[in-house]
Amino acid sequence: MLQIDGLGHAYAGHPVLRDVDLTVRRGELVSIVGPSGCGKSTLLRCVAGLTAPARGTIRIDGRPVAGVPGGLAVVFQEYGRSLLPWLTVRDNVALPLRRRGGTRAQRRAAAASALDAVGLAAVAARRPWQLSGGMQQRVAIARALAFRPSLLLMDEPFGSVDAQTREDLEDLLLTVRGPEMTILFVTHDIDESVYVGDRVVVLNGSPAGVVADLPVTLPTRGEQIATREQAEFVRLRAEVGRQVRKA
Amino acid sequence: MSVASAASRPALAAGRLAAVVARRWAVAVALVAAWEIVTRRRGDVFFPPPSAIVARMHELWFSGPATRLWLTPAATADLLPSLGRMAAGLAGALLAGVTLGVALGRSPRTLAYLDPLLQFGRSVPPPTLVPVFVVLLHLGTTMQVTSIVSGAVWPILLNAADGARSVDPVQTDTARVFGLSATDRLRTIILPSALPKIFAGLRLSLSLALILMVFSEMLPGTANGIGFQLIDAQSRSDLPTTWAAVALLGILGYLLNTLLLGVERRALRGHDATRGGERP
Repeated sequence: MLQIDGLGHAYAGHPVLRDVDLTVRRGELVSIVGPSGCGKSTLLRCVAGLTAPARGTIRIDGRPVAGVPGGLAVVFQEYGRSLLPWLTVRDNVALPLRRRGGTRAQRRAAAASALDAVGLAAVAARRPWQLSGGMQQRVAIARALAFRPSLLLMDEPFGSVDAQTREDLEDLLLTVRGPEMTILFVTHDIDESVYVGDRVVVLNGSPAGVVADLPVTLPTRGEQIATREQAEFVRLRAEVGRQVRKA
Repeated sequence: MSVASAASRPALAAGRLAAVVARRWAVAVALVAAWEIVTRRRGDVFFPPPSAIVARMHELWFSGPATRLWLTPAATADLLPSLGRMAAGLAGALLAGVTLGVALGRSPRTLAYLDPLLQFGRSVPPPTLVPVFVVLLHLGTTMQVTSIVSGAVWPILLNAADGARSVDPVQTDTARVFGLSATDRLRTIILPSALPKIFAGLRLSLSLALILMVFSEMLPGTANGIGFQLIDAQSRSDLPTTWAAVALLGILGYLLNTLLLGVERRALRGHDATRGGERP
């Protein structure tokens, strides 16, 4: 679905990414983890077509990325700035659907069902700033879901909410991800990367490259405490941790 | 909550409001009273007491029949054309300023090239262009409205450009990712983002428009308007009427500014809450 070959990028002559190779299958949820400032967000921006990489190629379904590809949605860390404060929650979710055509009623129905999926049907008429941080990020997730993207990019999506809300949002993501939706999930949280990912890709070094690519095979999933106490979870977390801390 | 406390709440709020109003106006009332005493004692014909000015204002403009909102024929003949010119001039300045400003704000290179020119245009004292328009357009409403537009457009234009330039990059990225059309970007992101700045410009433009309205009406060849009345009274050495026109203009400016602030507060609901409200 997604193929990245020899990707390299530099900001103002300072190299950030070097020789990143990554292949993601359709429907996979790949966690990308690494120390802060290692270039994870840059990688995501390159895939989104928001930043043109200095070297290498990115292909989605075999087509090279030049500009923002269609069928792509992004959930940014800065939910408060990514939602439009002057629109209601419902209009925020429905706005990207205008490009998809359909009647106003159809768009509103799609927005309503996405809000329902994230448990926010009751606040559809409110404004984003009237909601808590966790709820705002759920609105951003609903907006991405309503868009029915084939590729969903999440940039530290749960990085600025409290721990309890964060766990709720992780479980929400695992509930709402569709079998056809490919997800790249960028995080600096080692636990989180193992908890949500089908695979964990570790970026490290300066400039950063892929230092580990670990499949996650957990007998049970989607239950916070039970999942996190499995031996396999503990082993993976330790392994990812070693790769992230390796200087 | 008990019924009694619910009922007393509006009463309390009204009391507090009255206290605030009283405090805010106490100084103004005291100063006017002092002015009244001093002018009465001096008896100077050039400085009539405020009561005489108010009486003249009442006699000139506000002693009409109740069916016409107490406005006299003179009031409708002078106030309405003035307000009409000002409204037309401000509307023109708003349309031109927002259109050009947003367009320039979205193309940084053009803005950089035109910046010296814009700064020059803004720095020209607005009334100095009025004689040029008199020559170009002859006397009359077209010339007056053009004068108002030419002076009032600058604050709106420069503020709109600044506002449109400083759209949050996360919002721009969001629009790009979801492939919003140019119209949708303008309507849902750029204009709302620029709105606080546009209102700031509009407030400056409002006072400029008032100045230019009066100034352009003071020129020979004008037959009505507050500015005409002011210059006419001055030529007749009718000081109370001159002062009445000055006071009327002050009140008008105050009322229009208050009205604009009210509109602004309604339109920008949510903008302020957002700025500080990124954290839960």
